[in-house]
Amino acid sequence: MNVLHFIQQFFSDSAHWHGYDGIPTRLREHVQYSLIALGIAAAIGLPVGLVTGHTGRGGNSLALIATAARALPSFGLLVLMFVLLGLGHLPVMIPLVVLAVPPILVTTYEAMRSVDPSPVDAARGMGMAESRILFHVELPVALPLILSGLRSAAIQIVSTATIAAYVSLGGLGRYIVDGLYQRNYEKVVGGASLVAVLALVTLGFFWAVARLTVSPGVRRGH
Amino acid sequence: MIRIDSVTKRYPDGTVAVDRLSLDIPDRAITVFVGPSGCGKTTTLRMINRMIEPSEGTILIDGKDILKEPVNTLRRSMGYVIQNAGLFQHRTIIDNIATVPRLLGWDKARARDRARELMGRVGLDPALAKRYPYQLSGGQQQRVGVARALAADPPVLLMDEPFSAVDPIVRKGLQDELLRIQDELGKTIVFVTHDIDEAVKIGTKVAVMRTGGRLAQFAPPAELLTDPADAFVEDFLGADRGIRRLSFFPAAGLPLLTTPVVAVDATAEQIAARATPDVPYLLVTGLDGRPLGWGEPHTLTAGRIDPARLIGHGRPFEHATESLRAALDCAVLSPTGWAVAVGADGRVTGVVSQQTVAEAIRSAHAAAPADEKAAR
Ligand SMILES: Nc1ncnc2c1ncn2[C@@H]1O[C@H](COP(=O)(O)OP(=O)(O)O)[C@@H](O)[C@H]1O
Ligand SMILES: [Mg+2]
Repeated sequence: MNVLHFIQQFFSDSAHWHGYDGIPTRLREHVQYSLIALGIAAAIGLPVGLVTGHTGRGGNSLALIATAARALPSFGLLVLMFVLLGLGHLPVMIPLVVLAVPPILVTTYEAMRSVDPSPVDAARGMGMAESRILFHVELPVALPLILSGLRSAAIQIVSTATIAAYVSLGGLGRYIVDGLYQRNYEKVVGGASLVAVLALVTLGFFWAVARLTVSPGVRRGH
Repeated sequence: MIRIDSVTKRYPDGTVAVDRLSLDIPDRAITVFVGPSGCGKTTTLRMINRMIEPSEGTILIDGKDILKEPVNTLRRSMGYVIQNAGLFQHRTIIDNIATVPRLLGWDKARARDRARELMGRVGLDPALAKRYPYQLSGGQQQRVGVARALAADPPVLLMDEPFSAVDPIVRKGLQDELLRIQDELGKTIVFVTHDIDEAVKIGTKVAVMRTGGRLAQFAPPAELLTDPADAFVEDFLGADRGIRRLSFFPAAGLPLLTTPVVAVDATAEQIAARATPDVPYLLVTGLDGRPLGWGEPHTLTAGRIDPARLIGHGRPFEHATESLRAALDCAVLSPTGWAVAVGADGRVTGVVSQQTVAEAIRSAHAAAPADEKAAR
């Protein structure tokens, strides 16, 4: 029995395409958890990264927090949260967000710091307000790097969101956790390959976003 | 007028970058700050648009303290050009230039029209409008920087080493272009450079600064070259200031000889009539009046002088517009020791010897101090 055979078995079983444990439902749940976690992580990481990067202040403490956060094991955190908070969405979201904030925050900060200072100086000298400098001078140039931070965060979230299944939630992790429990390896492999495909789709999505939002004048340099 | 009134800048680390600087920057002229690296030129310039706040002293524009105005209003009334142009790499050339008009609330179409007009003014091909900065050469980027600074037609232009990062030939082009633009627009320009040649070439007045942020001399370039205030300024001006000073005396006063000039189809009588004992050579011109070269009278074949057998005439100088420095240079480089003067159309207007140029220099020097006193 090889992996390809498992995959073929899994996807050709029509039972896997309907109902509350069907692929569409699990996929939707997985995407939903991932989007929420990415949204929260971006809402924390982007503004802090943009502002600290623009002002150049707080870089050291930022690096420290990020390193500490990276050292936390997601699964351990999940168990801890489950013990503290019980079942539900919150114990899942916290580890995912903790996982995703550091790459977003650090990359955004670095992206802003690496912007050539002379256009910023020129913009300030011509009387541009600081907020406008941030959004209209620095951000467009920092965007490719910022998007790459969001992309790695998104991919980590997509692969880690499988842990939701451990606290009785849905998502593609269901197939892996249940498959392991039932010794149904077809299911395990099927679930894992769906996660991999979703990660690839995420990559493609960020590639498309970069194509659409990054100016051709900037794109060339990266 | 921009008045800098006993301004001192002390950085938090204790460095005194500018020390009790006082001077008046005249309107509609180019004032150049020049001095060795680290002498406080950039600090001085950036205090004028409040990128840096003075520790002591005041800066007044038309009698009004610049601290009284909202900082971004002040900055939008001053064009700002920096060394590496500082273009926005994500914006096209035309949108870079339109930046300040857009900040001032102009609609996009009007701002772009204005930007297109400025591209012409600074000598940029309109085809570059839709390009991005990385697609331009350093010199072109610097032109865009100047156009962007001029876009909202500010009365004041601040320029910090704008041409220092480009090669000498491109730099000369940019300097000439700036002088031409200034002739048309008459801005109050404050220009920082470490290059004394650049300062002398483009400055209406030049402020020489010394390390420690003190003013060593503030004078028109000709006066600087004639009468350096002290050994520091003299040293900074370099060894050939005497020659460079000649740039400020027009060649138009030079008496030209028109006798020793013949056309390429001159007859024997014409050649004989033109040859004089004081001039060992005759200058032969083409039928279009342009110089071909020098020849001794007895070697010239009447009716069909062979241009290939003439002695080169070197670079001619334009009598009406160039300086004694150009005339002297032509005379020195000419194999015969005679310089050829031409009009704007390139036709020969006469010839002049090294001796005559030297006499003109002596009398110009003798007259100069009186002229300068009269000018003050
Ligand atoms: N932000 C700063 N903090 C401390 N010292 C500075 C700062 N900026 C400039 N300086 C110092 O002030 C002096 C003048 O600098 P600057 O005005 O940039 O000189 P210039 O433009 O003539 O080369 C130099 O000694 C420089 O090192
Ligand atoms: Mg400087």
